[in-house]
Amino acid sequence: MADVRVQNLTKRFDDVVAVKNLSLECKDREFMVFLGPSGCGKTTTLRSIAGLEHPDEGDIYIDNNQVNDLPPADRDVAFVFQFYALYPHMTVYDNMAFPLKAVKMPKPEIEQRIKEVSAVLRIERLLNRTPSKLSGGEMQRVALGRAMVRRPKVFLMDEPLTNLDAKLRSEMRAELKRLQKDIGATTIYVTHDQLEAMSMGDKIAVMNQGVAQQIGTPGEVYDHPASLFVASFVGSPAMNLLDCEYRQEDGKSVLIVGENDFILTISDELGKKIQDDATDSNLILGIRAEDVFVRDEAAEDTVQAEVYVVEPLGSENIIDLRIGENMLKVKTLPTVQPDIGQTIDMWLDKNRMHLFDKTTEKAIS
Amino acid sequence: MSKKFGKGKGHTVAIIVILIALIFYLIPIYWIIATSLKKWPDIFVMPPKFFFKPTLDNYIGLMTIRTTTTEGPKIVGASPYPRQLLNSTIIGFVSTALAVGLGTISAYAFSRFEVKGKNDMMFFILSTRMLPPVVVIIPLFLMYRALHLIDTHFGLILLYTTFNVSFATWLMKGFIDEIPKEYEEAALVDGYSRFQAFIKVVLPQAVTGIAATAVFCLITAWNEFAFALIMTTRNARTAPPSLASRMGTSGVEWGQIAAGTFIFLLPVAVFTFIMRKHLLRGVTFGAIKK
Repeated sequence: MADVRVQNLTKRFDDVVAVKNLSLECKDREFMVFLGPSGCGKTTTLRSIAGLEHPDEGDIYIDNNQVNDLPPADRDVAFVFQFYALYPHMTVYDNMAFPLKAVKMPKPEIEQRIKEVSAVLRIERLLNRTPSKLSGGEMQRVALGRAMVRRPKVFLMDEPLTNLDAKLRSEMRAELKRLQKDIGATTIYVTHDQLEAMSMGDKIAVMNQGVAQQIGTPGEVYDHPASLFVASFVGSPAMNLLDCEYRQEDGKSVLIVGENDFILTISDELGKKIQDDATDSNLILGIRAEDVFVRDEAAEDTVQAEVYVVEPLGSENIIDLRIGENMLKVKTLPTVQPDIGQTIDMWLDKNRMHLFDKTTEKAIS
Repeated sequence: MSKKFGKGKGHTVAIIVILIALIFYLIPIYWIIATSLKKWPDIFVMPPKFFFKPTLDNYIGLMTIRTTTTEGPKIVGASPYPRQLLNSTIIGFVSTALAVGLGTISAYAFSRFEVKGKNDMMFFILSTRMLPPVVVIIPLFLMYRALHLIDTHFGLILLYTTFNVSFATWLMKGFIDEIPKEYEEAALVDGYSRFQAFIKVVLPQAVTGIAATAVFCLITAWNEFAFALIMTTRNARTAPPSLASRMGTSGVEWGQIAAGTFIFLLPVAVFTFIMRKHLLRGVTFGAIKK
């Protein structure tokens, strides 16, 4: 096993810059997830690590060896493709034996390895079939198996669960994570699904337009998003984002939200930080749905809002509130069931709110 | 099949249509075979004779040289025809193998790599097929004479390969474009070189296309007449000009021509028959999204 380091990687396709000066490190045995929308450069980065793309600038290290000019075959990495890419003219057994034959492994050892791995993945009964006779989930397992028999230094996975149905996907998510811990393999996993990233990754690199927006643990990315993009991309429902303006009123630091829809008093400490760090007084306030609460009665720091719609999800309700022109999603217990159009009092947990500079879109913290 | 053409009206209509088509396509072949087995006078009888005593005289006449003695005709040696059939076979199959091989490799390159001026080059390759062959026969003849390639097997193989390789490249590019490049990438990551990936992963999936391309190339080379007539005399003469020359000074030997044509048909017919499964898939390949 090994660690992977990407340093100042830039990759262009004609005039399009797919990856822009990206640096990151994936430690030994770590499960790292590249998360971002399509076209953000996550797959290009993965392919560069595999050697399927050649970087225009920057270096890639595996185990502290620079591998820029090594062909994929000599990098000792395994790649799981989104469409599995099982060789259609070979049986499952031959598919799994294929990488081992490349290194001229003796037949009994090949057999032994395939036996072990197929037991772990529960695909023993599929070994004599051809890929066309497999279901999506089975193909997925075989693709994983083909990667695992090699015991490579690094596993690279490009959206391997995207083509499975929802139920299978959530099963495989847990299974894959467990598998990764069991074999202790350094893994880099590409996905556009924030749920996969949050649930599986030891570390997440959130990418957008070829730039790493934030690299951190799922907790860090969720609780302390470094930019507006990370805040809006991670989490479901997405974080509530409201325009606001910072002002000093009567010697107090306040935020005027929306078109004077409501006013939040903030600590002078935070006010000072805004004065120091922000481009100007125009900010964006971010607050997750679970950090907004519906209160029974009005208080000093509650805000009045109109119920726009209620979405019951069984274990919880999502209530959309309208305050002036702004909409705000609130996560509540399923027992909270206000009527549409009703006016209720809500309260924001100021300790859990996030402020972003409207110009640079960076977090102020 | 059985479900689609089940019992009922549709079934009957289908059978009738197929029968008509079969008659339409098979009558010339029947005619060739029947003529090759008929004695000289029977060939011209009107109405045609459907029942006659078959004879192998025409085949013997085609394959041998005879001399007339007092006791009747006597065989003194083999005619050039068997050798010309062999020439056709060597030249046809070797040039097909070369054209398909070269075409597949260049198609792979055009399909997978960034080649500068790719479209222009593909057009240039195709443009070699735009002139009718007759137009280039004279200059080619002069070049071949200077290079001493007239009447050599190599000369014709080179010519047919050149002629077919453009076609093979275009056809194979279509087939290879259809093979997702992830398969080779998987092989590359699995520890193989680009060339190994091509051999072990791309080729097995291109078999259909290769078979279809080979059939088309072989038919073209096998039936080629004009170049073979001009560029060969004895050594490398192929069957088509030889058959035509039977319409010679001593009248038209219809019986022998029929016999020669029938034997000439067989190899390509057998080859196409062996490839039929691939061929059928080949022609529809790309038209249907799998």
